[in-house]
Amino acid sequence: MNWGLIFSNSVYTAISANAIAYMLVATGLNVHFGYTGLLNFGQAGFAAIGAYSLSIPISRFDWPWPFAVLLVIVSAVALALMLGFATLRLRPDYLAVVTIAIAEIIRLCLNSVRFTWLTGGNDGLQGFTGFMEKLNPFPQQGIWLWKQKIDGYRLWLLVSGWVLLLIVATLVYLLMRSPWGRVLRSIREDEDAARSLGKNVFAYKLQSLMIGGVIGAIGGMWLVLDKQSSQPGDFATTFTFFAYTIIILGGVARVKGPIIGTVIFLFIIQFVDIALQQATKTTPTDPTPVLPTWLIDQNNYAQLRFMLAGFALAALVVFRPQGIFGDKREQAFDVH
Amino acid sequence: MSIDAKSKSFESVPGSSKPDAILVVDNVTRSFGGLVAVNVAHLEIPRNCITALIGPNGAGKTTFFNVLTGFDEPDSGDWEFNGSSLAGVSAYKVARRGMVRTFQLTKALSRMTIIDNMRLGARGQLGESAWRGILRPLWASQELENTKKAENLLERFNLGHMRDELAGSLSGGQRKLLEMARALMVEPEIVMLDEPMAGVNPVLKQSLFQHIKGLRDEGRTVLFVEHDMDMVREISDWIIVMAQGEVIAEGTFDNVGSNPVVVNAYLGSHHEVDIGGQS
Ligand SMILES: Nc1ncnc2c1ncn2[C@@H]1O[C@H](COP(=O)(O)OP(=O)(O)OP(=O)(O)O)[C@@H](O)[C@H]1O
Ligand SMILES: [Mg+2]
Repeated sequence: MNWGLIFSNSVYTAISANAIAYMLVATGLNVHFGYTGLLNFGQAGFAAIGAYSLSIPISRFDWPWPFAVLLVIVSAVALALMLGFATLRLRPDYLAVVTIAIAEIIRLCLNSVRFTWLTGGNDGLQGFTGFMEKLNPFPQQGIWLWKQKIDGYRLWLLVSGWVLLLIVATLVYLLMRSPWGRVLRSIREDEDAARSLGKNVFAYKLQSLMIGGVIGAIGGMWLVLDKQSSQPGDFATTFTFFAYTIIILGGVARVKGPIIGTVIFLFIIQFVDIALQQATKTTPTDPTPVLPTWLIDQNNYAQLRFMLAGFALAALVVFRPQGIFGDKREQAFDVH
Repeated sequence: MSIDAKSKSFESVPGSSKPDAILVVDNVTRSFGGLVAVNVAHLEIPRNCITALIGPNGAGKTTFFNVLTGFDEPDSGDWEFNGSSLAGVSAYKVARRGMVRTFQLTKALSRMTIIDNMRLGARGQLGESAWRGILRPLWASQELENTKKAENLLERFNLGHMRDELAGSLSGGQRKLLEMARALMVEPEIVMLDEPMAGVNPVLKQSLFQHIKGLRDEGRTVLFVEHDMDMVREISDWIIVMAQGEVIAEGTFDNVGSNPVVVNAYLGSHHEVDIGGQS
């Protein structure tokens, strides 16, 4: 077993540009769910909108990238407004149902043969990352993170991504400690109480949806910039549930929560994955794998990694229910 | 004219008119299925007075509050606050116009500190817009003022020592106090309290009575629902009695207490039972 590679690869996975995408998507969801109490189960939809608002205009219509980035923001706001006007005046659970449905509709449309001319269908879109490659100041050979190689493009996405994430997290922090953030939290606690004090609950929920949605869309954009390909399969409902897992792990309604949560989540998944991969591997020189084949082999370790990762996550939640950065005091009143 | 003289000049009949009434209600009805919870033909709430709204359980008092403050929609009817109609106006706008209510079942914002509960109530906060919220210097001084005001109120409601605790850790009575204090942060013209003294200890009650009277002396109007007859007797200038959705009597405490219609409504079919009065 090459522990050095296992470890450095897991660390890289937990802080890579791909991880930054998760952090952004979860930060957006944290604005919705953590601070405002909105049950958005369609965060993957915002991410998908972000990804395709970047890739379609650039690879299909040769837009200059700043316009595509602008479109990412505009379409996320439009989606938030649509969801908001459709559901926010209804009972809270309607938002959950509608968001999950809309996110799936978006994914199915992106996947559909009818729109292949635009979205590339199941194969997705490529060739929209040229601008990012041109902006890249790092040499192509990249660097080594101990035993993990990071190429120049990924290093650039990692560095610029962390700067972007820091800016977003700071903005969220500033917003949430302001009286504006206080109104959001009051809506999460009891929206009728907020109304009785003269707060326009609908307008605040809409703003929360827009801000969290734009952050989620930027996350989706980063995801496909890293993969250099945008495919509908990346925006399935599991993506939203990963984001929920991440914020619950890191601590709900904490700015650091989604960041720490992502690091832990991706580290565990990746660590278990490659550790098992190596432990079941056979080579001509060493035909007996580390783990006995009656227990596990090359063909079924992939299923096991999510089970083991699930166990690890469950243990974390059991022993630290408020998440890593959550407030233990708040946990006590988490019942409605 | 003193408050006492003023209220004595009102006519003691249901729906009597008051000069310069702050709230005028006309034909408000609200039913749930076949049950008519509220059916108020005409009612005027006197300005700058403490008015008690009493009535047996299920009389429709809370429903009436809900309708007036925009938390529930009536089947029909209109009501005017300071001369402008509030029918169909959403709850938050009602509060902004100066009519603020508390809830019978308290709505403490559990996972927020008590001081944050209070600060939330303050009006016209610059930092409540997202753009300005990011820039702390734009709202910091206003926040400081609001915090001072909140701290003063908390002292008066015996909650000063709990300032930084989460509201979820408060007892039932303390939640009532917090909710009332929070409503006062809005500086309402009329404050509508739904059973404000439920579960509040007698000593504190006395000091809160003084506080409520103080609100009236500041020029505010108080309308409260209460089953505690001590409170009703001690602080109300005027009393309105509801039963089965209708206003059945109005008057001063003595006036209403001796009204056979009221006694009947409270005792219902048990009026032949000796309740230990002067028999
Ligand atoms: N949401 C509702 N759905 C159905 N019926 C309701 C609803 N709200 C109130 N009612 C009914 O309307 C009637 C009046 O209720 P309301 O809560 O206004 O009484 P109340 O005068 O405040 O009583 P209490 O003094 O016990 O608080 C009751 O018979 C109640 O069952
Ligand atoms: Mg009631």
